[in-house]
Amino acid sequence: MQFSLVSRRLRKDPAMLVGFGLLLLFFLLAILAPMLSPRDPIEQNPIDSLKPPSTNYVLGSDKLGRDILSRMIHGARISVFAGLAVIAAAGCFGTALGLLAGYRGGWADEALMRVTDIFFAFPGLILAMAIAGALGPSLQNALIAVAVVSWPVYARLIRGQTLTLREHEFVLAAKSLGVSEWRILLQHVLPNALSPLLVQASFDMGATILSIAGLSFIGFGAQPPIPEWGAMISDGRKYDLIVYWWLTAVPGAAILLYVAAFNLVGDGLRDILDPRLRK
Amino acid sequence: MAQFILRRLLGLCFVLIGVSILTFGIAQLVPVDPAASALGGQAREAQIQAYRQELGLDRPVWEQYFRYVRRLAQGDLGQSIRTRRPVANDLRDFFPATVELALAALLVSVFLGIPLGIVAALNRSRYGDVLARLLALIGGSLPIFYVGGLGLDLFYRHLRWIPGGGRLAATLQPPTNITGMFTLDALLSGNWPIFRDATWHLILPALTLGYFSTAVLLRITRSAILDTLLQDYIRTARAKGLPHRLVILRHVFANALPSILTTLGITFGSLLSGAVLTETIFNWPGIGRYVTTSVLNLDLPAVMGVTLLIAFLYPALNTVIDIAYTVVDPRLRSQ
Repeated sequence: MQFSLVSRRLRKDPAMLVGFGLLLLFFLLAILAPMLSPRDPIEQNPIDSLKPPSTNYVLGSDKLGRDILSRMIHGARISVFAGLAVIAAAGCFGTALGLLAGYRGGWADEALMRVTDIFFAFPGLILAMAIAGALGPSLQNALIAVAVVSWPVYARLIRGQTLTLREHEFVLAAKSLGVSEWRILLQHVLPNALSPLLVQASFDMGATILSIAGLSFIGFGAQPPIPEWGAMISDGRKYDLIVYWWLTAVPGAAILLYVAAFNLVGDGLRDILDPRLRK
Repeated sequence: MAQFILRRLLGLCFVLIGVSILTFGIAQLVPVDPAASALGGQAREAQIQAYRQELGLDRPVWEQYFRYVRRLAQGDLGQSIRTRRPVANDLRDFFPATVELALAALLVSVFLGIPLGIVAALNRSRYGDVLARLLALIGGSLPIFYVGGLGLDLFYRHLRWIPGGGRLAATLQPPTNITGMFTLDALLSGNWPIFRDATWHLILPALTLGYFSTAVLLRITRSAILDTLLQDYIRTARAKGLPHRLVILRHVFANALPSILTTLGITFGSLLSGAVLTETIFNWPGIGRYVTTSVLNLDLPAVMGVTLLIAFLYPALNTVIDIAYTVVDPRLRSQ
């Protein structure tokens, strides 16, 4: 990975810088949530039901008198953690299978390709919904479902990379020196296949956040009183979205900014790491 | 060419077998006894046991799977626990509504996304481009279930510009069933009042579902056109004095078309995913809303039916697009 290149390009690419800035902001919100949020995100104050933004409730309160700002900040915790966990699980599993299939070739490769074909036959959210529904509605099961749907992309990507890399001289040299298969894969092939993986992961992160929020919105993900952004929108939709705008606009804006941040970073990374586009 | 098509069709068969195994496998995950839930809470243990035997649930899993596939081959998707009707009938009723919505959304994204993408690419790094990319970024990051609800409350509740949820005003009778798509059926039977009302009902859901794929198509079109613009044959075409319009149309757009086509196939999948959320918001009686209610009620036969239908259609559609791809791109034909 060319980190010096990334940092040099970052100064020339304001869009990517904005993306990184936003990500940093959300990561900080997630880590420091208990310190930053003015109130307990699940504490109910029935007297303060549906209060618009004021000095008391900076971003308003919901039906049960819970502070929207505090819920949004704690929601960052869930979205940041959930997105990372899903992509890490799907990425690791897919990468391991892709490396093996691409390197060994033969029936292992054929089998992997056919299995990924089957997964690609389903539009993501619908398969995730069926799995999440079968496992029972909860945030954890929603994450499992989204991860199960996401891994084939990584397997395909890494397999393709491995197919070309295994013919390179440095791999052949390592092989002729008697280096073990796993060591070749982990030390020689994987590091060279990481760039496209990183680009894919940053784009997928946005899609994953949207899927998790979408599942929560229709009731398969986070259950009350968990302050998840999608669940907050689902909850706020019971009231007029124009009159009680803060109930849904706050989590809506949070999702928009967090997903856009990953898309900006993904765009920037792709431009940097794809030599064809480099000027 | 014939060999290519044959190979694709063979691959499709394999995928369909895999899809049936996966769907069957997901159903095995459910901790609920299908026999008990089908009979309801009042059933006695003996009744449940008898029904289990009738359904073949006491047999080994592989035997159950073959029984399931045998029934599938006869077009029997089982009976919905919730609606108490054959799942195949339910799908026949609900699917056209989803197809109508998805097609309308596809129209939105094709007619907005592709032209905007071309304009953005031809004005690279100028205002038009920056604006188009900003639109694509926001479109690709906004959650559908927020935008849909906001649109409904703004344009229906407050401004009264459009009718509320559903496909048709309650006072109107659906048109004669030809395709099941209300707008098309009304048009075919020349029923203008119904066509107007069905179109008004369709506009906002279609825009809501379509903006995300518009963003995707815009991005892909822009980068495909930019890639093509750098090619030597474009410079040659310009050098020999071909008018700008012809260069763009005949050389740039024609060569960027294959990647745009592939994206359309993927777009259809995201439209189906998005339909689940859009239909829930707009009370649109399609399979998206049907599957959501079915999953929430653990109505297994219904869920398996919808997943199967979609997982059969989606790869079939992508196969058609792959074949269309070879027609558009002569280089692939000779391979």
